[in-house]
Amino acid sequence: MRIKNHPVLDFKKGKKVTFYFNGKELSGYEGEAVVAALHANGIKVLSHSLRHKRPRGLYCAIGKCASCMMRVNGIDNVRTCILPLEQGMKIESQPGKGELK
Amino acid sequence: MMNCDILIIGGGPAGLEAAYHANKMAPELKIIIIEENFLLGGQLIKQTHSFFGSKEQYAGTRGFEISNLLMERIKNKENIDIMLQTSALGYYEPGIISCESSEHKLMEIKAKKIIVATGARENMAVFPGNDLPGVFGAGAAQTLMNVYGVLPGKKILMLGAGNIGLIVSYQLMQAGAEVVAIVEGLPTIGGYHVHAAKIRRMGVPILTSHTVIRASGKDKLEEVEIAGIDSNWKINTDISKYNVDTLCLSVGLTPSIELLQQAGCRLEFVKELGGFVAWHNEYLETSNPNILIAGDVSGIEEASTAMIEGRVAALNAVSKITSRDISEEMQNAQDSLNNLRRGPYGEKARLGKEKLIAMYGGSHV
Repeated sequence: MRIKNHPVLDFKKGKKVTFYFNGKELSGYEGEAVVAALHANGIKVLSHSLRHKRPRGLYCAIGKCASCMMRVNGIDNVRTCILPLEQGMKIESQPGKGELK
Repeated sequence: MMNCDILIIGGGPAGLEAAYHANKMAPELKIIIIEENFLLGGQLIKQTHSFFGSKEQYAGTRGFEISNLLMERIKNKENIDIMLQTSALGYYEPGIISCESSEHKLMEIKAKKIIVATGARENMAVFPGNDLPGVFGAGAAQTLMNVYGVLPGKKILMLGAGNIGLIVSYQLMQAGAEVVAIVEGLPTIGGYHVHAAKIRRMGVPILTSHTVIRASGKDKLEEVEIAGIDSNWKINTDISKYNVDTLCLSVGLTPSIELLQQAGCRLEFVKELGGFVAWHNEYLETSNPNILIAGDVSGIEEASTAMIEGRVAALNAVSKITSRDISEEMQNAQDSLNNLRRGPYGEKARLGKEKLIAMYGGSHV
């Protein structure tokens, strides 16, 4: 959910862009963190635990906890909390540990 | 392999100030800052509250405005290179850091001195369901709402009534969310009275001697159970349940020492500093003479002390590389640090630092 009015902050947004989450077309703003765009679209489940496949969401938002690692444009284990959104980006849930390509 | 005089790892308040002061003292030195995020400023960028402390450390200025000032100071300097989206992977003798570049390429940077300013990470609290989406570090919720303008949820429970818990709760309400309660395990509120008073005036209960015992929901958080506890953290009241979509954990920070650990720096556990830290002296030298540290990685404190530690580490590095006399500037920086740590809220860090410095006679081991 995007904040519409804020008493202190004036959010400078980039260009509106489209990106894909598991094939579904969504919109966000260029240069915001990928997880911010996902959250604004109501997507909170970012990954799953390796053994029990429990859903995992954003925890630290500064690249330190690994629960937001996803497949981005075909590359696995990308920390989407410290990755700026770009037009046409393909974000996917990553199966298991991912692959080294 | 790239070469430089001073490599700074981490572009938060400590790293930015280290770059500024090193460049000011010795403009001929080549400085590189690497930062894994795509933004500089570390955790200052999400802080909308005004700082306390001394004028010198920007008291009365909001955190994100301080980060803008710090960035402005090092912009367009010929000898300062900033590499964003670049992660340090490991340290190799003598003075080499391997990194992953923004293009996912492996590269190496060799430096005469390395200043590690990697900051800290938020602690996790232990209860069933703590890994559910919707359970955030309080700082993460703050990043989402204050940097990107996205609310983490509508209905929020906060665990922890230290300054971060209090401030983030207030800011969540400012941004339009509902905070149902702040839960604190200790019998007293840890944060400043001024922050707690604001929360209470808005009608939000601060439940001391209470803790979260379970979080549950299908795929994401739906319900949090809390209970009253005694001084041994044993449950002594009935359990109450809150239907919330967000639980923020504000239960302390741990220094991000991984790189220092891998580099073989001597580590010490100092409770007052937030856990394991690299042993260091008052000039922020670790047991490896190539490696200096500054900011939260050297012990959990405030952005204001992190900035001065960045300056201390930079002065030390400059004096070692150029043999320049920095004694006056160093004395000023040490005086500022001591001033900031003098009050009751600086006591913990002061004790922790004293403990460390007293070890091994304050010299390399």
